Amino acid sequence: MEEIYAKFVSQKISKTRWRPLPPGSLQTAETFATGSWDNEENYVSLWSIGDFGNLDSDGGFEGDHQLLCDIKHHGDVMDLQFFDQERIVAASSTGCVTVFLHHPNNQTLSVNQQWTTAHYHTGPGSPSYSSAPCTGVVCNNPEIVTVGEDGRINLFRADHKEAVRTIDNADSSTLHAVTFLRTPEILTVNSIGQLKIWDFRQQGNEPSQILSLTGDRVPLHCVDRHPNQQHVVATGGQDGMLSIWDVRQGTMPVSLLKAHEAEMWEVHFHPSNPDHLFTCSEDGSLWHWNASTDVPEKSSLFHQGGRSSTFLSHSISNQANVHQSVISSWLSTDPAKDRIEITSLLPSRSLSVNSLDVLGPCLVCGTDAEAIYVTRHLFS
Amino acid sequence: MEELDGEPTVTLIPGVNSKKNQMCFDWGPGEMLVCETSFNKKEKSEMVPSCPFIYIIRKDVDVYSQILRKLFNESHGIFLGLQRIDEELTGKSRKSQLVRVSKNYRSVIRACMEEMHQVAIAAKDPANGRQFSSQVSILSAMELIWNLCEILFIEVAPAGPLLLHLLDWVRLHVCEVDSLSADVLGSENPSKHDSFWNLPGNTQTLTELELKWQHWHEECERYLQDSTFATSPHLESLLKIMLGDEAALLEQKELLSNWYHFLVTRLLYSNPTVKPIDLHYYAQSSLDLFLGGESSPEPLDNILLAAFEFDIHQVIKECSIALSNWWFVAHLTDLLDHCKLLQSHNLYFGSNMREFLLLEYASGLFAHPSLWQLGVDYFDYCPELGRVSLELHIERIPLNTEQKALKVLRICEQRQMTEQVRSICKILAMKAVRNNRLGSALSWSIRAKDAAFATLVSDRFLRDYCERGCFSDLDLIDNLGPAMMLSDRLTFLGKYREFHRMYGEKRFADAASLLLSLMTSRIAPRSFWMTLLTDALPLLEQKQVIFSAEQTYELMRCLEDLTSRRPVHGESDTEQLQDDDIETTKVEMLRLALARNLARAIIREGSLEGS
Repeated sequence: MEEIYAKFVSQKISKTRWRPLPPGSLQTAETFATGSWDNEENYVSLWSIGDFGNLDSDGGFEGDHQLLCDIKHHGDVMDLQFFDQERIVAASSTGCVTVFLHHPNNQTLSVNQQWTTAHYHTGPGSPSYSSAPCTGVVCNNPEIVTVGEDGRINLFRADHKEAVRTIDNADSSTLHAVTFLRTPEILTVNSIGQLKIWDFRQQGNEPSQILSLTGDRVPLHCVDRHPNQQHVVATGGQDGMLSIWDVRQGTMPVSLLKAHEAEMWEVHFHPSNPDHLFTCSEDGSLWHWNASTDVPEKSSLFHQGGRSSTFLSHSISNQANVHQSVISSWLSTDPAKDRIEITSLLPSRSLSVNSLDVLGPCLVCGTDAEAIYVTRHLFS
Repeated sequence: MEELDGEPTVTLIPGVNSKKNQMCFDWGPGEMLVCETSFNKKEKSEMVPSCPFIYIIRKDVDVYSQILRKLFNESHGIFLGLQRIDEELTGKSRKSQLVRVSKNYRSVIRACMEEMHQVAIAAKDPANGRQFSSQVSILSAMELIWNLCEILFIEVAPAGPLLLHLLDWVRLHVCEVDSLSADVLGSENPSKHDSFWNLPGNTQTLTELELKWQHWHEECERYLQDSTFATSPHLESLLKIMLGDEAALLEQKELLSNWYHFLVTRLLYSNPTVKPIDLHYYAQSSLDLFLGGESSPEPLDNILLAAFEFDIHQVIKECSIALSNWWFVAHLTDLLDHCKLLQSHNLYFGSNMREFLLLEYASGLFAHPSLWQLGVDYFDYCPELGRVSLELHIERIPLNTEQKALKVLRICEQRQMTEQVRSICKILAMKAVRNNRLGSALSWSIRAKDAAFATLVSDRFLRDYCERGCFSDLDLIDNLGPAMMLSDRLTFLGKYREFHRMYGEKRFADAASLLLSLMTSRIAPRSFWMTLLTDALPLLEQKQVIFSAEQTYELMRCLEDLTSRRPVHGESDTEQLQDDDIETTKVEMLRLALARNLARAIIREGSLEGS
């Protein structure tokens, strides 16, 4: 992997997201959005990584990311998602969910829509109104689902003023993250170590399925679904453990992998190469997990700047009926065959890496040391 | 009390008429709160203060500068790298590592300077532009001082290379201001320079160089005395300059931007193999000659002079006074301490100078809403007072989201600060209970291993059950797992819920023995016994006998235990009487049911099988 560029940006970065490419496009990723946190004034910003061979006016390096535009955001940016090419949804620590619109002609961002009381502990009607941070947001045009510290799940539609559906008290603890499984189903993770699947087609406020770890109820902080196999889900926990689940089978994870030394903040399957998984953590590291079968040839190229070790996946449920034609390498239960190569991508340990995103050969991540790292050559 | 080093500056608070009214203030960790009071100097205290605001006064504004933040963050990384340098490295390898660290710091300062310069040029508001430009010159001065310290204290260049380093130093800094003059003076006779110094792989010893130079110097002197260049006054003055004649040099004063440029030029032509310890003679005289009695030395001049005199403490002291932020002195002192140049200098409160400065810097970072995370690492490397300072600071960080709280907790747990972990978790758990997020509250008490709080949460659940007749948050109670063992009350809650589940699944025998064990093992709180016994009623009334005789005796004993120790209530409301009525009815029903069950159980157990 070639160089990873760092830039200090004077704000602690809580989320980084690549702008999605138009379907069928052959370009590589060029623009990403970031959200900051813990400042007196927080910003949602858009950055561009420019073209190859382009030296900008103050002699920055090729590949150095430049700020395109930014807009003030009230409260910490707790989560960020691109709704479509122009719109970005941001979840705030004030319980507000905002949709920002990017105007490419004059490079500005503006507020397109806002739901200010999406998450609260005691409602806006009561005198002791207290808002709750909105912790996660996921988009699937035209729907937006948000979850928060109040244990509430909201389903919004763009351009609808009120929430289409709200599940109050969906959870007695904090919901940390949410993802879509199949379109009417979502999956949430909470701070008592449970995955819950909710089906919006059903009335009622009960989840259709609950899965949890045995043993200690370690809070789960992040979740991501396999891009091709909608029943395979990866979660990251407070103890830095990576778990792979098959939601159709059983209530326990398929694999538990000891990973980081502190909270795992984000886990991402690579959208086009799902044998590759990326995790980042409070311990200041960002790991690339490579479960593809042609690992030996690639391993020599991955030794740049990090330790690489091989882990065996620890399979705890031997499901006899795994008979699909395409077995995901993450679910494979053969410990001898199964080797996952892990590489640390950041050159040195820093403060917490809060967020990462991958698109094609490009990776971006943001840290509490107020730096954004970008690489455009993940798989060289 | 030390005497003041300078006059304190006066800051006027807008909106407050300090002539008429008195102000009050309070110190914070990095700031001061000030507001107007209603006392005025003429002792009449009835008037309402005219200024309704409370002001926050910050001394350190640099911490809030966007560009300087990059300096803080990048230097934090360098600082950590320096602390982790292997202590066992000695000699040349250690020195080269320390020089590299110093160069890293300097490049960070330069990067900041350049960025600020760009912003200064691009600033639309001239006042802003001026402010940025003055920041640039402060940063430039900082880099100048640091560079000199690197040459004299860290690189510890011996005579010979010393002058070359000083030449580079001047060239680097003077060239920014006036590139033309430096070219004129610096590049004269370049060929003569090169042939002398022959830098890479310098095989000549210092004495050889000195001899060569003496030879050349004498040749120049001969030319001067022979008036070889008498026809051209320009060439003659050039010759005088090359001989290091001070008067000739001073004639070109406009081309020399400052006294240290003069100093180095003078040394180049009069004593190029100057030894470090002789520097300060030349420095002092250069300063005096250059200023010529017209102006007095500025703070920067004093700092540089102190450096030439190898008085490190004076350098640091002067820098501390001149600069508004502790960044520079803290990092420089730390680096010099790693070079083992600072004697341990006990200050009033027992720590040494390096630690004092680092503590001040880190405390300043903690006053900032965002940069506190950097401060943590600085406290880690202050052996005496770092930990206790961190303990005090970290508890006072405002926690508005769970994610921030988790980061703070992780910092505390990594340093085994169990007291702080407990207190933070308790605060968060209380907030959660108040917001009716019982699952979150339980999750916090599990993290802190706080049995008392877990008991409190369980009591809440049980109370809710008594009031509503059903459990809230079944997803939590049903899935407690090993966390159930944290507190007795929590275990009881889990087991009680299990009893309900068993009853729902019609596993009556299991449910019955569970219920009994809950009461006899004493994990059930007394207040709940009545509820438990009432729960036993439907089991007692079943067609088949569920409780054995032994078990029934146990239940009866529990009931008697409960009724005999019923406390006498003082009040005599009708409600209370009604309650008592209900209670009495319940007890009556229980006694009846127990008796009936006992009878049936005795008969069943006494009968022979099959008969």
